[in-house]
Amino acid sequence: MATRHQKTLARLMVAPSVLLLLGWMIVPLAMTLWFSFQSYNLLSPGMEQFIGWTNYKYFLSDPAFWTAMRNTLLLVGGVLVITVGGGILLALLLDQPMFGQGIVRILVIAPFFIMPTVSALVWKNMFMNPVNGLFAWIAKAIGAQPIDFLAQYPLLSVVLIVAWQWLPFATLILLTALQSLDSEQMEAAEMDGAGAFAKFTHLILPHLSRAITVVILIETIFLLSVFAEILVTTNGGPGYASTNLTYLVYSQALLQYDVGGASAGGIVAVILANIVAVFLMRMIGKTLE
Amino acid sequence: MARKISDTRRWGFTILAWGVALLIFFPILWTILTSFKSEADAIASPPKFLFFDWTTENYAEVQSRSPYFRHFLNSVIISVGSTLLGLLIAIPAAWSMAFQPAKRTKDLLMWMLSTKMMPAAGVLIPMYLLFRNWGLLDTRFGITVVLMLINLPIITWMLYTYFREIPSEILEAARMDGASLKNEILHVLTPMAVPGIASTLLLNVILAWNEAFWTLNLTTSQAAPLTTFIASYSSPEGLFYAKLSAASTMAIAPILILGWFSQKQLVRGLTFGAVK
Repeated sequence: MATRHQKTLARLMVAPSVLLLLGWMIVPLAMTLWFSFQSYNLLSPGMEQFIGWTNYKYFLSDPAFWTAMRNTLLLVGGVLVITVGGGILLALLLDQPMFGQGIVRILVIAPFFIMPTVSALVWKNMFMNPVNGLFAWIAKAIGAQPIDFLAQYPLLSVVLIVAWQWLPFATLILLTALQSLDSEQMEAAEMDGAGAFAKFTHLILPHLSRAITVVILIETIFLLSVFAEILVTTNGGPGYASTNLTYLVYSQALLQYDVGGASAGGIVAVILANIVAVFLMRMIGKTLE
Repeated sequence: MARKISDTRRWGFTILAWGVALLIFFPILWTILTSFKSEADAIASPPKFLFFDWTTENYAEVQSRSPYFRHFLNSVIISVGSTLLGLLIAIPAAWSMAFQPAKRTKDLLMWMLSTKMMPAAGVLIPMYLLFRNWGLLDTRFGITVVLMLINLPIITWMLYTYFREIPSEILEAARMDGASLKNEILHVLTPMAVPGIASTLLLNVILAWNEAFWTLNLTTSQAAPLTTFIASYSSPEGLFYAKLSAASTMAIAPILILGWFSQKQLVRGLTFGAVK
């Protein structure tokens, strides 16, 4: 009897969170799906009607969509390359014997705690501004022409800002993984006369592979929805040069009031995220065993 | 001889690591320094690093231009409120999944995590319209509930990984001694669960404090937390570097300090226990 009673209790304890998440997931998603088949503009209320796949046809044939797709991939890919590559190097460096290791760690991790709107504005104005920015001053000091980063290289600038925010995350996780490496194994490898490079490729990299996968997948979830950094730096421009999928859906819905078209874009974003999610879930599932 | 080489190595790494660390930290340091400059000093060429007339007038001006403390208070209410609300709902769930696992517990956990992967763009429009119709746009209550929902999977997962490490033998021993369920929870499990709950709280307050998709889209002024407030410096006020820096410093300082205390939990929490 007691076990049955406990089982019921256990179900009751889980129920609120399951119901909330179920509601949170299904209700808005169903609405987005419904809107995506409607002609629905906030400027002409009461004119909604079912139009089948038209929104999808428009959205998918819009050059802006393909630009946004390309930008999304470049943004995610660029930030991943910088943060994983830089993260491995930084983790290896921070793992060496040194003075003040604790403080160095604190300094390196700091950017992760900066809110996106602050880091984007600080970079935009105080560093990348072509007149008063620090980069402009450096360029002038060495006799070069200052670069107007956000106008000339908008996407690259956003990539750099976002990479700065995520490098600490990658470093911290890779460092944690690195510190769990068996020191006896390392010593054995040294005794066998393995050089630094051989140790790295045959011992350290395989040991880090799991942490690297985790970093890539978790960063990808967050990077697919980068928004604030674009909003306060370039507003997606010039043109669509720095518009990603999230920003495109936002601008179509809340700036052009095209609910139907934006919903179709939202559904496309959900499908893309799901493809990534399948890999992530499979991997995290293994850690439960 | 060997000792000497290792000392040189140690100094070499120390210099290299400090150099890289200061470079990464520099934008934050520069922001803090600039917040104490006059506007003229802030854009001086060549830049002034430490030798300028230190002033705190920017902090006063940021407050007089816009009710900074209201936005600060909003950030506190929204981040702490959403986290506490999330804990209230997640603690029983994580508890029962850790101590009374059913056949489907693992699937359930995976499903919860999968809701976290739904891109915000996919649900932005209905949420915006529902909030508009329900009068929840720009209300603290509305944004608190949304942030609670987006962090609920992480809260549940983190708690689950902590609770799972509490040895079940202790529970059995308590039961053998005739402890009632109430006593079992109050005197045996709670003391062991408190550190895990505290870590979860800390990390989720940080995540909610810095959340900048829903706060930017669902709040404008009354309920606006610091993320939205800072975004209003986008232009042209952003060109007043000293004021931008003062506002930024005030927005990041509390969470930067909290964050430094939570490095360990960060790794564990954000990798869902996959890296410890």
